[in-house]
Amino acid sequence: MSVLFDILSSVGMWEAVLRIATPLIFGTLGVLLCERVGVLNLGIEGIMTFGAMVGWLSVYNGADLWTGMLVAAAAGAMFGLLHALMTVPLGLSQHVTGLGITLFASSFSYYLFRLAVPTSSSPPTVEPFRPLAVPVLSDIPFLGPVLFTQTPPTYLALVLVALLAWGLYRTPLGLALRMTGENPHAVDAQGIDPVRLRVFTIMAGSALMAMGGAFLTLAAFNSFFPTMVQGRGWICVALVVFASWKPGRALLGALLFAFFDAFQLRLQTVVDGVPYQLFLMLPYLLSILALILMARRARVPQALMQPYRRGER
Amino acid sequence: MRFERRDHPSRALTLLAPVGAILVALLVAGGLIALAGANPLRAYGLILKGAFGSRLGISETLTRATPLILTGLAAAVAFRARLWNIGGEGQLYMGALAVAGFGMIPALGAMPAPLAILLCLAVGAVAGMVLLLVPLGLRLKFGVDEVVTTLLLNFVAVLFVSLMIEGAMKDPLAFGWPQSVPVPDSAVLPQLMARTRLHLGLLIAVAAAVFTWWLQSRTVFGMRARAAGLNPRAAAFAGVPLGRTLIAVACLSGGMAGLAGAIEVMGVKGYVTTDLSPSYGYSGIIIAMLANLNPIGVIGAALFSAVMFVGADSMSRALSIPSYIADVTVALSLLTMLVAIFLTQYRIRR
Repeated sequence: MSVLFDILSSVGMWEAVLRIATPLIFGTLGVLLCERVGVLNLGIEGIMTFGAMVGWLSVYNGADLWTGMLVAAAAGAMFGLLHALMTVPLGLSQHVTGLGITLFASSFSYYLFRLAVPTSSSPPTVEPFRPLAVPVLSDIPFLGPVLFTQTPPTYLALVLVALLAWGLYRTPLGLALRMTGENPHAVDAQGIDPVRLRVFTIMAGSALMAMGGAFLTLAAFNSFFPTMVQGRGWICVALVVFASWKPGRALLGALLFAFFDAFQLRLQTVVDGVPYQLFLMLPYLLSILALILMARRARVPQALMQPYRRGER
Repeated sequence: MRFERRDHPSRALTLLAPVGAILVALLVAGGLIALAGANPLRAYGLILKGAFGSRLGISETLTRATPLILTGLAAAVAFRARLWNIGGEGQLYMGALAVAGFGMIPALGAMPAPLAILLCLAVGAVAGMVLLLVPLGLRLKFGVDEVVTTLLLNFVAVLFVSLMIEGAMKDPLAFGWPQSVPVPDSAVLPQLMARTRLHLGLLIAVAAAVFTWWLQSRTVFGMRARAAGLNPRAAAFAGVPLGRTLIAVACLSGGMAGLAGAIEVMGVKGYVTTDLSPSYGYSGIIIAMLANLNPIGVIGAALFSAVMFVGADSMSRALSIPSYIADVTVALSLLTMLVAIFLTQYRIRR
């Protein structure tokens, strides 16, 4: 029991929660944006991988860290554009297109990575984001180090949650976005082009996903290796259902999830005799559990996965 | 620009779609090869030579195509009924693990080979089915979308394999490497070509494709599965038992993927490791789409992927182009195929 208390009362554990949550926050916000305009984006796993690779590669070649994040975002937006063009104007299957983007983006990442860094036994590293202590606030006991000595992208992720929550519910653009996911015909009748809105929103959402990936190589770790995203993208898709497509709850979901992840990592080191694989399975099983709990309760955007063609129902 | 639905998509166009899609994918991938500083035509020449240029090359291509046919079928039968089984990879691993575990029963080694092989194949298929029936159950019972659950279960399955081959099923003679105890000789699939890895599994996979085709086009089950995919509400109204049909589809789909894992263990590796499959399960999705979900077409699409993978391995040794180019090309062909199918169904009007 005292072991549990030690883990739960350690600053390191809670600091890790926010760090582990950051890529998930970027990713869930990205998925949330896409699905709020009615488009499922299963490209996320590949887009995160590409973001991780291209962000790292830019910094490795001399760009500064924020440029790396920006390059990742731009690349993510490009994959988003591809996904959007295929699923929105052409109305192709969102499931299959998304999976295709994931398979393409991840193999493309590995290909470019291998070209840039021909075989080396240990992956080359970059100097990652350093924690930035917020003046005054970081001096608060316990809360200070937990909340205010994170890396800058983590602060950005938190700001983005607030921005998105405000934007979606308090601005005309947000209203149009939400309406596009519920009833694109009504949006069209208001003189707003739902196709264009969908395309741009998917690009923005995909840019966020790629930034989540770049966080992995530029802040959480300092190098790129294949399969490093490890299903985080899929977990984000599950978290959005758990969050009922609301940004605030998405943050909560990501934090809850990161809490369990940080907790199992620490538990692994103190509990003997339990195979480590069982701990590693937990995040995936928890995501499935979250889906089961929320599946019937969540309010799905009504036009999710329904292609829109003017004059067709 | 407007898209207008064609009333009768022409047969020629439908058959040409995959060819066009693959050509466009090869063209784009050619650009990426040029980016790496090599001549794309020379690279493709070397890929073909690697895959077809020798007896060994041909046998390797066919060996590689074997699990791909089965995972392709797994995706094709499921997608036709709008059951989004993206868990082929996990189901493959469960099939492989089940066979290795079943092989540890001493009585199996004493059995005549045909019986042992049949039993092992059945065990592998059932293991694959079980892993797909879980997410299907969640969908039918709680309304949980199976896309994400099948995806997540892939990771759980591989971790479970890792758990078993480092624990209860670990081979004590493997110098500490995490791999399972090998299957007994009676369960090893016979070779088809001497001094190659090509094994009976290829014929099993082709038979599975023909069987699936028959099932889909000549039986009530096939018609129900298709109806459930095209319009579930109309199908239910017409008296199709949706739940039962989906369960049968899931058994077929998961079974095929489980079979792929079993056959890979029994024909090629002899034991299970966590790198048994270079994402055969995910490639199956591409193969199913390239085949336009047609079971016989799956054989051709699997061959195309196998040629790319085997050929790219030998090409990358000669040209120092990362062999990932094969994955890139095959994944690209999925995207181009989607557009190609669209163009067979719609015409573009100004």
